[in-house]
Amino acid sequence: MSLLAVDGIAKAYGGVEAVAGVSFALAEGEFVALIGPNGAGKTTCFNMLGGQIRPDRGTVRFEGHDITGASPRRIARLGVARTFQITQSFASMSVRENVQLALIAHHRRVFSFLPRAAALYRPEATALLERVGMADQAERQCGILAYGDLKRVELALALAQAPRLLLMDEPTAGMAAQERLTLMALAAGLARAQDISLLFTEHDMDVVFAHADRIIVLDRGRILAEGPPAAVRADRRVREVYLGSGAMFAA
Amino acid sequence: MDFVVIQLLNGLASASSLFLVACGLSIIFGVTRIVNFAHGSFYMLGAYIAYSLVELLPRTPLGFWGGVALAALAVGAIGGAVEIALLKRIYRAPELFQLLATFGVVLVVADLALKIWGAEELLAPRPPGLRGAVMILGRAFPQYDLLLIAVGPVVLAALWLLFHRTRWGALVRAATQDRDMVAALGVNQGRLFTGVFFLGSLLAGLGGALQLPREAANLQMDLSTIAEAFVITVVGGMGSIAGAYVAALLVAVLQAFGIVVFPKITLVLIFLVMAVVLAFRPYGLFGRAAAEPRAAGAEAQPLGAGDGRAWRWVVPGLALLAVLPPLAGGYAVSVVTEIVILALFAASLHFMMGPGGMPSFGHAAFFGLGAYGAALAARDVGAPMLLGLAVAPVAAALLALACGWFCVRLSGVYLAMLTLAVAQIVWSVAFQWTGITGGDNGILGVWPADWARGKTVFYLLTLLLCGGSLWLLRRIVFAPFGAALRGGRDAPRRAEASGIDLTAVRWTGFVIAALFAGLAGGLFAYSKGSVFPTYIAISRSIDALLMVLLGGIGTLAGPPVGAVVFVGLQEEISRYTDLWRLLLGLVIITLVVAFPEGIAGFAARWRRRAEGAT
Repeated sequence: MSLLAVDGIAKAYGGVEAVAGVSFALAEGEFVALIGPNGAGKTTCFNMLGGQIRPDRGTVRFEGHDITGASPRRIARLGVARTFQITQSFASMSVRENVQLALIAHHRRVFSFLPRAAALYRPEATALLERVGMADQAERQCGILAYGDLKRVELALALAQAPRLLLMDEPTAGMAAQERLTLMALAAGLARAQDISLLFTEHDMDVVFAHADRIIVLDRGRILAEGPPAAVRADRRVREVYLGSGAMFAA
Repeated sequence: MDFVVIQLLNGLASASSLFLVACGLSIIFGVTRIVNFAHGSFYMLGAYIAYSLVELLPRTPLGFWGGVALAALAVGAIGGAVEIALLKRIYRAPELFQLLATFGVVLVVADLALKIWGAEELLAPRPPGLRGAVMILGRAFPQYDLLLIAVGPVVLAALWLLFHRTRWGALVRAATQDRDMVAALGVNQGRLFTGVFFLGSLLAGLGGALQLPREAANLQMDLSTIAEAFVITVVGGMGSIAGAYVAALLVAVLQAFGIVVFPKITLVLIFLVMAVVLAFRPYGLFGRAAAEPRAAGAEAQPLGAGDGRAWRWVVPGLALLAVLPPLAGGYAVSVVTEIVILALFAASLHFMMGPGGMPSFGHAAFFGLGAYGAALAARDVGAPMLLGLAVAPVAAALLALACGWFCVRLSGVYLAMLTLAVAQIVWSVAFQWTGITGGDNGILGVWPADWARGKTVFYLLTLLLCGGSLWLLRRIVFAPFGAALRGGRDAPRRAEASGIDLTAVRWTGFVIAALFAGLAGGLFAYSKGSVFPTYIAISRSIDALLMVLLGGIGTLAGPPVGAVVFVGLQEEISRYTDLWRLLLGLVIITLVVAFPEGIAGFAARWRRRAEGAT
């Protein structure tokens, strides 16, 4: 059985179908990249998987559970973690407190009114921060971090949920080229080590070809091509869609 | 049939004035994002200035209309001046401080108006030439009201032309959608904002001036008008002028019929309409979610670790508080008792506004319900004091449980408005349900138990309960629940994606805030020996906001500091002059300009800087 099974999901805004019937499956332990030009429907697709947007039609199943239109909360509790295209972190809290809150939520201890949050799951939070290379900044406030560091914090927040599947929406957007490769290598390494499946969208083809087991190409809300990196790279239709930015395939 | 038509016309005539005020407010909010509480004061000024001018000018049609026009222009100029002198300095401050500054203006204008025009209601005659009535379906209808009916659509059309046919209007519309982008394109924001303030205030002044022959100018106009204008704006959708007109029509016509069918409902009706609209359309009838300001997160300040260090100040402070006032005598004990109770009231509001990120303009609902709960328990059930004090928070929490479900789905101004609506509904129940609540006369004889009759004993009991409550609130803020509440404020999408049930967290936070406000209300009832509808009035909600904002929203020490400063100023100033609101207003304005983070917030930053330097 596949971990994630997406069947014919669609979402229209006004008269425009941003996603017009997309189906794919993701096996346990698999790394899949969702690529496509701007406006292809990648983020809409992602938000339907994460529960931020309810699909007009189609179904999403995760480990056999129907999660179509379920709340982000329920999806998270079933074992799907995500990062956002524009990082979302708790800006008024320190880096460690951010991770501690994610751990508190994961352990269902939110409705606890007297213990000090700062004393809960402290070693676990520090361990997670060590894994993403942020332990030395644990006491700093998230609101003043550099963007690349925020991405690492967000990765730690996602991992705090001990997910089976990690959704990363443009994990390296807005970062310098070298930083991108490092961050994605970090995320991929951590996911592999813990048997977490990974679905990510990305514009940087170096990142995509370095880490994806399989690539799904979206164009105008539909799947244009799907397969192992080599096959997708050779696909004529994919080249046409990317014409003008075809340089990225020269590598 | 004739009756229906006349009531409909009555409604339409009232709608015009409502529309003028509301659309001014809406335009100002749309462009500057300032929730201008002084807008009702501008309306009141329009009415008073028009009265003086009409008295002064010859009693001809030209004299009347000239007076009205000059009054509107004068109010526009006043609004522009306030923007230049005050608001320009604080556009970068958090939204709530701008709100505080406009409260300051409300207080100043209120006392100035009292000083200049006196406390008596002033009614202007209808203008020459429009004093008669026309017969409509056999009933007399004032000519002046017919003219008013036309004013609404005429102004709407004029504004439409202004906004769609001029460059300035296009800029205003663009800024309403995304003011950062307009600024990035090189538009002089300063002048645009001043112009918008002038126009918005002018419309408020015009509304007040035109209403003068129908409704006497009085000193309560500022707050009653601002409440109505907020409702209209929110129902129509903030920033939407057509929405304001539709909402004004809807509300005014419903009022006109409501007053006939069920007179008691009129005070509540407008707020019921808003509650219903916001429950189904969170951004109003014509509104859309505004573009998020790009500097988001700037308001969220770190709270500190919540470790034991605060005790070093709190324990000696409490000891002093327990000993000193009783030594100083009865008067000091009364004042400090009030301060301690209000500190808890302010802290409960701060809990939802600061860590919870849920501003409320109607927190007095819970304070008042607590007070009435205790008073009713004492009078009707003969409950002893301690039972009454237990009933108070429970009553407030039950109301919060019921209305929280609607409220916590909204955010920002819309949430604040819905809480205002709740408070107004509770107020009018207390005011009108004379059989149970005694109406305006309140409930008397709510005295403490015999053992707590002495001022000092009651003070120590108050100190114990309020101190304990403040400690509990602080614990909750730093507990997992408080962390989740703060997290939901900082990054709601992240919180949900981490598996936090944000609606449940915010709802619970809302109920906790109400619970402690209710306890404060119960204590207040026993300390005064009586309860009145004023405990639930808008001005009391505003007092709480003032205390929170004076103390500083970003720190837990803020509410007590704010309560001390607020009550202290009120006591001190009123000892020397009857113009205490004027002085308080000026003090607030000065404080806002000097300490945009609040007093305790400023102190905290100063301390951090000092620590960093060593």
